[in-house]
Amino acid sequence: MKLAVCIYEGPYNHEASDTAYNFIQAAIKRGHEFKGIFFYHDGVYNVTKLMEPPQDDRHIANRWSALGATGIDIVVCIAAAKRRGIVDEVLVPNVRISGLGQLTMMAIEADRLVVFGD
Amino acid sequence: MAEEVKKIMFTVRKPPHGSIYVYEGLEVKLIMAAYDADISVVYMDDGVFALKKGQNTKELGIKGFEATYGALVDYEITKVFIDRESMESRGMTEEDLLIIGEDEDTEEPITPTVVSSDEIAAMMAEQHNILAF
Repeated sequence: MKLAVCIYEGPYNHEASDTAYNFIQAAIKRGHEFKGIFFYHDGVYNVTKLMEPPQDDRHIANRWSALGATGIDIVVCIAAAKRRGIVDEVLVPNVRISGLGQLTMMAIEADRLVVFGD
Repeated sequence: MAEEVKKIMFTVRKPPHGSIYVYEGLEVKLIMAAYDADISVVYMDDGVFALKKGQNTKELGIKGFEATYGALVDYEITKVFIDRESMESRGMTEEDLLIIGEDEDTEEPITPTVVSSDEIAAMMAEQHNILAF
């Protein structure tokens, strides 16, 4: 199945980012294809390289970056990012800033768009 | 070959103020309406408060968005529904609903369409994808 994921919540503060990540890993193992991952609302904070969590904890931004390195398109909403001070310079690699049109294309092209957040 | 136009529904279940979900969710609708997709929006639970006329966010010190709601039809978002049960259980009547635009021909004001939860369920079953805010 063609899937897409939209994440609404920031890292560490909320389980949405972790749950989405685990969902994606499990779905890939099952052979599903991802049309993209879109960060919206406070979700845009998930992919800043400025985060520096304790070393014995998961590094959420690096985890998303590694997933992006496998070829999955990871997009940060520009409108939500600008509002929150997230710009190209602070992004981890393999992630890009773009518009809500990308989320629209994911919603149209994916068989299921799965939203994680409150 | 042209594919069929995909049906995409938005649900709005959170109150309009107190968090940014409904406001940023509105931005998504306005963008998506410009694409080749069949957009509908359903307001239910506390989301019905977003359609209450006479909102004033001045005292909250935040930018309100009731004015944008008044232009939903101009943005080609015409399928706007509100759950009757959610509305009535919160003491709202059809009289409380804000205007989302006017009819092109008659210039009559258009308000959201009040529907039952059964009707919402039937519409949901037809959707390609649903986005919740």
